[in-house]
Amino acid sequence: MQFNGKAHKFGNDVNTDYIISGKYKFKTLDMKELAKHVMEDLDPGFYGKVTAGDFIIGGTNFGCGSSREQAPLAIKYADVSAVLAKSFARIFYRNAINTGLPVVECDTGQIDQGDELTVNLAAGIIENKTKGATIPVKPLPAVMIKILNDGGLAAHFREYGGFNFD
Amino acid sequence: MGQTIIEKILSNHCGQSARANEIVVARVDYVMGQDGTAPLAISAFHEMNGKDVFDPSRVAFVIDHSAPSPNEGVSALHKLMREFTREKGFRIYDIGEGVCHQLIPESGEVGPGSLVIGADSHTCTYGALNAFSTGVGSTDLAGGLISGRMWFKVPETIRFVCNGTLRPGVFSKDLILYLIGDVTADGATYMSAEYTGEAISALSQEARFTIANMAIEMGAKAGLMEADETTFDWLSRFTKRQFIPVTADRDAVYADVREYDVSKLEPQVAKPHQVDNVAPVSEVAGKPIQQAVLGTCTNGRLEDLRIAAGILAGRKIHREVRLIVAPASRRVFLDAMAEGVIQTLVESGAAVVTTGCGPCVGTHNGVPSDGETVISTANRNFKGRMGNSKAEIFLASPATVAASAITGEITDPRKFIK
Repeated sequence: MQFNGKAHKFGNDVNTDYIISGKYKFKTLDMKELAKHVMEDLDPGFYGKVTAGDFIIGGTNFGCGSSREQAPLAIKYADVSAVLAKSFARIFYRNAINTGLPVVECDTGQIDQGDELTVNLAAGIIENKTKGATIPVKPLPAVMIKILNDGGLAAHFREYGGFNFD
Repeated sequence: MGQTIIEKILSNHCGQSARANEIVVARVDYVMGQDGTAPLAISAFHEMNGKDVFDPSRVAFVIDHSAPSPNEGVSALHKLMREFTREKGFRIYDIGEGVCHQLIPESGEVGPGSLVIGADSHTCTYGALNAFSTGVGSTDLAGGLISGRMWFKVPETIRFVCNGTLRPGVFSKDLILYLIGDVTADGATYMSAEYTGEAISALSQEARFTIANMAIEMGAKAGLMEADETTFDWLSRFTKRQFIPVTADRDAVYADVREYDVSKLEPQVAKPHQVDNVAPVSEVAGKPIQQAVLGTCTNGRLEDLRIAAGILAGRKIHREVRLIVAPASRRVFLDAMAEGVIQTLVESGAAVVTTGCGPCVGTHNGVPSDGETVISTANRNFKGRMGNSKAEIFLASPATVAASAITGEITDPRKFIK
């Protein structure tokens, strides 16, 4: 899986209320509709600024707060290809893997707003084309790779009827 | 090498000796979803080709976040939940029954040694009953509903040793806010927090729930306490079931052990817009407020309402303040009515809303206006949390909220406590 796009940079502790506000998420299961409001309290009009394939760049503790799976889904349905951050909050991280949104732990201090990036998940390589630099990626645990490779947890369950990591 | 509480509970549920950083697939004792997460889990359940839930007696849905429904979109999702629970034959707690994190403990299904997943980040609340309970998302919830199992990375543990005695006017909410300010919002990410020491032992069960509830606000996966007489006395009101307490070994391995003397602690507040932006109330005293909120899964229990009523008795709230009260459960509401606590709150000028999450998540029941300041007993003060990103939210104890409602500005409650 290789993605090309530009960086949309945010700070530390981006919580799930900022990713998708509670005032929207309770109303609908239409993720395309929810995606229009993604990140709007931090960056009004963010949805309109994304070109398919772009990346959200976070600092530490990205996705902290509530367990709402609408957060990774809203990002995914906004056509963001992956989230790169120094660290992630655990529920968001699980939800992203389960729903097939790639999340990458790396040193995002080397990425600025608007930088053009190429992210190759299989090879574990991030190339910052604007800066001419490569950024190493922290590898995923085997269980998560298995879930991602199966196409998310729902597909994993369809295949095996339950958890199967043997 | 000894084990921490969470290593032992996970070991008991996965059939092997679980150690920090291993990944295990464990049996779960109870699975819960609420109206913000269950509808999406129902979609995932079907996507997984799910047929039945693993054990209808160990599963519940709760309608508490937008209850009763404020609009037709929410109504459709509530209907979906009701139909699903009817079809699969498991319990739904409908509007007015209360907040999930009060109802599940009151159900008597969860106690020392239990392993619980809930599709709500504050599921860590039941750690105060010596249970490993943690928040998951909707797809994990669906997986748990179908299989009765879940995969976990066994977390490392931070031990918080709280010595000393809290002074009058200082409560467990002040203590947990202080601890979060100290370790920061990601200071315990992916870890289990164990709270221990004489200051924890001295707390009532209700006060302990407040501390476990906010473990997620330091990034933790769980917030655990040991079970003692207080725990078992509280449980005995709701169940005859016998639970076996789980204690940490003396030689358990901790990622960090932090010691605190709580004796000098002042009432604390979390300032906008982060829960770890904590200061003593004296630093922000005098800041005008327009809305005060008493309730939520953090501080909507009988003891919390009593503390607030103790301060508000015979007084009126400030004429420019709205005080919104949401009891945590129907039982709490009935008990508070029976002892006159609700009478006192309403006489002081409070508006009581449906038991449940109240205005905490910004869906209804008190969305603040632009430029307004709210003081709340809830657990989150993120920008926009209560439905308006141009409002500010301060978090505090029920006593500080009650005192501030009277004066119209953030106020040290010790002014009103003899």
